[in-house]
Amino acid sequence: MAQKMKRRGKGAAGASPSRAKVHLRLDVNGETQEVAFAPHKTLLEVLREDLGLTGTKHGCELGECGTCTVLLDGRPQLSCLVLALECEDRPVVTVEGLARGPRPDPLQMAFAELGAAQCGYCTPGILCAAKALLDAKPQPTRQEIREALSGNLCRCTGYIKIFEAVELAARRMRDPDAKPAAEVLHGRRV
Amino acid sequence: MAGGSSVRGPGGGRGNGRALRVVGSSVRKVDGLSKCAGVTKFADDIVLPRMLFCKLHRSPVPHARIVRVNTSKAAKMPGVLAVLTGKDLPIPFGILPVSQDEHALCLDKVRLVGDPVAAVAAVDEDAAFDAMNAIEVEYEPLDPILSIEEAIRKPSPRIHDYGDEGNIHKKVALEFGDVERGFREADRIFEDTFYYEGSTHLPMEQHAAVGMVDPDGKVTVWSSTQTPHYVHRALAKVLEMPPAHIRVIACPNGGGFGGKSDPFNHEIVVAKLALLTGRPVKITLTREEVFYCHRGRHPVLMQIRTGVAKDGAIKAMHFKSYLDGGGYGSYGVASTYYTGALQTVTYNVETYRFQGARVFTNKPPCGPKRGHGTPQPRFALEVHLDKIAATLGVDPAELRLRHLVAPGSLTANYLRVGSMGLGKCIGAVVEGSEWKKKFRRLPRGKGIGLACSSYLCGAGLPIYWNNMPHTGVQIRLDRGGGVAVFCGEIDIGQGSDTVLAQVVAEVLGIDPYDIRIVFGDTDLTPVDLGSYSSRVTLMMGNAAIQAAERARELLAKVAAEKLGVSVERLGFGERRVFDVEDPDRGMTFAEAVVLAESRFGTIGTVGSYTPPPSAGKYKGSGVGPSPAYSFSAAVVELDVDPETGWVRVERIHLAHDVGQCINPVLVVGQIEGSVYMGLGEALMEEQVFRANRNGVHRQPSMLEYKSPTTMEMPDVVSYIIEDPDPNGPFGAKEVGQGPLLPIAPAVVNAVFDAVGVRIDEVPVTPEKILKALESPAKRYGPKGVPDVKWPDPIRVPAPWEGGTGRPDEGGEPAVASERAPAPDRAPHARGPRS
Repeated sequence: MAQKMKRRGKGAAGASPSRAKVHLRLDVNGETQEVAFAPHKTLLEVLREDLGLTGTKHGCELGECGTCTVLLDGRPQLSCLVLALECEDRPVVTVEGLARGPRPDPLQMAFAELGAAQCGYCTPGILCAAKALLDAKPQPTRQEIREALSGNLCRCTGYIKIFEAVELAARRMRDPDAKPAAEVLHGRRV
Repeated sequence: MAGGSSVRGPGGGRGNGRALRVVGSSVRKVDGLSKCAGVTKFADDIVLPRMLFCKLHRSPVPHARIVRVNTSKAAKMPGVLAVLTGKDLPIPFGILPVSQDEHALCLDKVRLVGDPVAAVAAVDEDAAFDAMNAIEVEYEPLDPILSIEEAIRKPSPRIHDYGDEGNIHKKVALEFGDVERGFREADRIFEDTFYYEGSTHLPMEQHAAVGMVDPDGKVTVWSSTQTPHYVHRALAKVLEMPPAHIRVIACPNGGGFGGKSDPFNHEIVVAKLALLTGRPVKITLTREEVFYCHRGRHPVLMQIRTGVAKDGAIKAMHFKSYLDGGGYGSYGVASTYYTGALQTVTYNVETYRFQGARVFTNKPPCGPKRGHGTPQPRFALEVHLDKIAATLGVDPAELRLRHLVAPGSLTANYLRVGSMGLGKCIGAVVEGSEWKKKFRRLPRGKGIGLACSSYLCGAGLPIYWNNMPHTGVQIRLDRGGGVAVFCGEIDIGQGSDTVLAQVVAEVLGIDPYDIRIVFGDTDLTPVDLGSYSSRVTLMMGNAAIQAAERARELLAKVAAEKLGVSVERLGFGERRVFDVEDPDRGMTFAEAVVLAESRFGTIGTVGSYTPPPSAGKYKGSGVGPSPAYSFSAAVVELDVDPETGWVRVERIHLAHDVGQCINPVLVVGQIEGSVYMGLGEALMEEQVFRANRNGVHRQPSMLEYKSPTTMEMPDVVSYIIEDPDPNGPFGAKEVGQGPLLPIAPAVVNAVFDAVGVRIDEVPVTPEKILKALESPAKRYGPKGVPDVKWPDPIRVPAPWEGGTGRPDEGGEPAVASERAPAPDRAPHARGPRS
């Protein structure tokens, strides 16, 4: 069988006792949300389907690609492998919560400027993983960036612009006027 | 200047005799911040009231007749609103007119594990999933055909009841110039056999689609597709509805790479289910289903025989390719021609023979993946040349430089090369990598290798042959100074929205962020054929220039009158229209729009683009021609551990002739991304199946299908070469696909430099290196090619033999009248393009 899917309850919505919803409080992007959902739902599903936060993406729903990464208790977590039930009152930050009001996070701005988001589909997860890195290590080395993002697949960029964007954001947190190196923007001159 | 982060690129100040302001600058992508904020809506992000969920019941067997499909249990399950089988959608479809061989749901047989047999729509995903599993299908198994060799050896059971012979889908034989004379005149003859394993696109976003029906009966389908125009055609055909009642909206693609270029069964199924239920219906494929959808790189077995003069000049080349097509046609006829098309555009090939065969097998269908049909032959050619250089005792960079195709020339197979910056590309990577100090001088275990390539900037002919433009751009000016630009293009991450905004901003003298792009919507936007064959920058760019220049003309007329100067003296820039001889005299762009609207009424203009006619007039000449060709050169530096066979790539230098940068940072991004994807194919990626287990995929998950992570990705040094092409917008050529091509051969050539073994097959795994080290021939690769009864070749004299592009005799000459078929009746014999 070509399908490989998580087995969930039987029958249609509301048709079986296993579909009885749980009701709990989630702390998402600094706001408390009351939400009712089927208890087998992952954090990913609750964020996307019950809270309308579709910024968090999915690539496999099996914990293999890193696309659904969010911050849970300040640490990067694969939201497809976490039950939403386990998240009551624990701070969750998604890509929608990275900006400060209308001001993008330095990471978001650096990713946009350097084209580190090509198709943009892995970007929300990578931004969350990079945010956790910079929170812990404001001046990471290239190797530390590689390691911190090693669980996030990207098919567009070859990761280089992502590394450079994390480095640029880190520099800007010390010097808001920091500029990318010329070679980053147009390659090496011949 | 556009945006705070703009940096003048190397191309700044050139093009059309005017200084460039926006083109050539690394402006932030117009959709960049939306993507980084998570607000970009991909297909699966769409939620509509009362939306149903669809699941497809797929075949667990690779080849069988369908005896019976029982959907009665599923139909009665709670929450299920509709069930479909093949009989509900009996009309076949496919991307190419010559291979309309797919059904939305299999009608009478299944051709691969994963072929969809039935569909359900239910109130939620769980109910749909349960109903899908309650469908019962009885199969009568047929022997599966699972390899190229098997397909050629076993004409039956036939996978399809069409095609050139047995299980051979397509056979091609072309000959340019007197090849036998070329071999006779050669001083040395070299022959090699190569194999390039299949791989898949693995876009991060799984395919998704939503179908919806208006109360008036009109259908809308949102989809993650690179080709809304072709989805539109397929829906109209299979649903038997007028195209005017169908709207296809392409959502931004979460990665495409060619994998979302076919019209897909699931797109048709959700539309049909929406028609049946009157409710919106969504499907999102699981990751495993995406592996079975495929349409990726064809596995190709190749043999190349080349006769060269003492100085390495290619007197004759004979190239044979054998493609494993999988279960359906897809783009395969075009792919077959592509494996023979572009060998001639880098180095002079005096005479050339190509024989290609594509077979059907009971595996997911192959189609276009980044480089479509050309990375495989390019791999073979560039490794073959490395061996020739070694035998002749010539530096491989020098060998290539001696025999470069001249700019503005016609190749043996009648491809017209415009600007040609390959010499500069080779120079850049040779100098940047200190090649001369390193080649054959590094200690054992360290290696350096070089390879080159070329790619199209859009196919010269559309898939459905007709005389209409390949792309259209429409512009509407707002009296507040805003500009809306409409085009059917679709941004798959390559940055086409930004290219469109920069080109229009350049011509109108405004900021790219003043522009609203409306894209990929068959109701709202002029047709663009799609984001494939690296066509968008060149074709859409030219159409955008035309539309914007027509708008500028209207503004210039009224502004010139108002300022009392001639239109030639007007400049457009910094959101102003001004007298170039007295720049303080002028008006704002918005004021000029108001004047123009007062005079002419609402200001809207259009532009379109059709490629120049092809030079070749032979059957098969449809594949290969392009308005321009890009060129790349790569040097790979790596280590090989002779004890374990482990390869660690340290650095890759890649120079790419892009004609003229529209946006340098995006050009560099395309180079890096192409290098990455080429490296994955060179070292690890394999779309392979278990012959002893019913043809199931060996690793249909992102964990087991190995792709490079941050830990494997080496440093990439990019060099942008700008050799403007007269056919490109501001001289621009493509960059999205070309830089992938030289990576695999450069890796293999570097492995030889490191440990002295030839790996004539990708991916280059440690196991293959160890086997080669242990073998007497110091080689790992295929031993030979199967026997195929080739048709008589179409013989076309080369241009330098007085040829006109038409065949000698026997072959069917292409006449002008064949160029304008009715849309659905394109000529079958000639290779359609992609």
